[in-house]
Amino acid sequence: MIGINKNASQVIAEIVSNKKVGAYHHMVFAVGELAKFAKPGNFVAIAVGGESSSMVLRRAFAIYRAFDRGANGGLLEIVVAPHGAGSTWLTNQSVGFKVDLIAPLGTAFGIPTEPIRALLVGGGYGSAPLFGLSEVLKNRGCRVDMVLGASTAMKIYAPLDGKRSVSSLTITTEDGTTGTTGKVTDVLPGIIETNQIDIIYSCGPMGMLEAINQIAMDLGVVHQCAVEESMACGIGVCMTCVLPIRGEDGEIRMLRSCIDGPVVDGSSVIWNSKRQIPEGTWGAN
Amino acid sequence: MFNFRTSLGQAEFENPIFTASGCAGSGKELAQFFDLTELGAVVTKSIMLKVRSGRATPRMAETPSGMLNSIGLQGPGIDLFLEKDIPWLREQGARIVVSIAGESVEDYAILARKLRAVQGISALEVNISCPNVENRGQVFACQPATARAAIEAVRRNIGGELPIIAKLTPDVTSIVEIAEEVVAAGADALALINTVLGMVIDINTMRPKLAGKTGGLSGPAIRPIAVRAIYQVHEALPNVKILGMGGVASGRDALELILAGASAVSVGTATFGNPTAVIKIKEELQSELIAHGFDSLREAVGYAHRKEVNP
Repeated sequence: MIGINKNASQVIAEIVSNKKVGAYHHMVFAVGELAKFAKPGNFVAIAVGGESSSMVLRRAFAIYRAFDRGANGGLLEIVVAPHGAGSTWLTNQSVGFKVDLIAPLGTAFGIPTEPIRALLVGGGYGSAPLFGLSEVLKNRGCRVDMVLGASTAMKIYAPLDGKRSVSSLTITTEDGTTGTTGKVTDVLPGIIETNQIDIIYSCGPMGMLEAINQIAMDLGVVHQCAVEESMACGIGVCMTCVLPIRGEDGEIRMLRSCIDGPVVDGSSVIWNSKRQIPEGTWGAN
Repeated sequence: MFNFRTSLGQAEFENPIFTASGCAGSGKELAQFFDLTELGAVVTKSIMLKVRSGRATPRMAETPSGMLNSIGLQGPGIDLFLEKDIPWLREQGARIVVSIAGESVEDYAILARKLRAVQGISALEVNISCPNVENRGQVFACQPATARAAIEAVRRNIGGELPIIAKLTPDVTSIVEIAEEVVAAGADALALINTVLGMVIDINTMRPKLAGKTGGLSGPAIRPIAVRAIYQVHEALPNVKILGMGGVASGRDALELILAGASAVSVGTATFGNPTAVIKIKEELQSELIAHGFDSLREAVGYAHRKEVNP
């Protein structure tokens, strides 16, 4: 078991930008020097609703990008989908408002030492952490292809400067409003074979990650994914965000997605285990 | 000089703000945010005899001013806990209250035997009221006879001077009756209250949101229940010390529990929203007590019970 991200700290961070992009909000926070510790895959946990709010828990967001500009200028960017009361409250806050923020949390995407061929797959706002990752991979000499999918064009998050960092970008929408009609998994096998992909990095809804993992297993490609599970604390003390993961010793354990994740090896996850503990899990009774 | 010291049974503590069991793990993660010696004590997550996976997910649902959890006592079991967590906490210099939970009276007896010779523990919290078990009959604190049996098993096996704090549920007709029973069985102090059994139904799937269907409700939503339970028990048993908990998110909330009769206060759900909540609450509580004219914490304990004085 690994511990909490050693660089995590709690800061009061000012909102320096808040812009609507399609169905989402792109938000930028002044976080000082902790920006330099943020790696692609890490997340932030932000308190919502103000002092007397009835919302007692933080909201977790994948870090989209981080800019290390020292103690005064460090920035963290996130992409927020305002679908619940907490995320809606956050997107309604104006520039200059200060929030209580903890970052960086969780594990990061593993970066290969060799210049290999990577495929990045994002569902909806799950594309957010992939652009920072593609920058890092490109700087390591990797070829980076990207596939983004959503139900409709408004829910594809693909900013112009992000697109520049990839060799190819394929978009799928279920309603056909942009790109190929269908799901990301419809186009994956073709891209994996054509571009001789060595590793897949993914972020998005659990159902999508599971489907990607099946393809990765079938085609013998390494798969790292950023999982999501309902989370109360984000710092590893509440034990609500667990998922069953098979360790190197072969034992299945209920691990915390906030500490041992969000980025995990897709082949180690016991998928489709919602609402039941997989048989043989350590301590199952 | 303001006196913040307090005691539970024979155990003395520098200040009255503790973590709540199940809300701080074994302290490792919170140590990233503050020094654990700042706390009155770390109350560790209730540990069982054997390793336990806990319940399936989803395990959590946020509710107005609170949350439901259905963890089901996930943990490594007492042996690994004693091998890894306790030495680490001792190294930090933290005051330790170990919380234990059993599936049977025999479990409590064995857990007590395993703990009695362990160095560096200030007290034992005996959790007989976790709502996240398969069978309501396993909630020992729901019936006087089972509550008594579990506490007696610990009392007989713990030996020495380690104080026993029995953790009770408010989900009973008379919490005073259960409190009297466990005190008669050998509890030195009481932890009030555990979470309250609740349920959320997801209106999209039209099924219970939690995999375990029911969960324990915590957070400010249950604070009035905690204040009521502490007040009733302190009235009936004024000499039995109470570790109060239930939705404390500020110094004024902690003061409310103390005025009702708590000698110390555990902070649980507030830590999930803010890892430094315990430190904030400790500082605010001291300011509140001073602002209300108290020279010590002890003077404020149960102050809401004082006789009316006619002008």
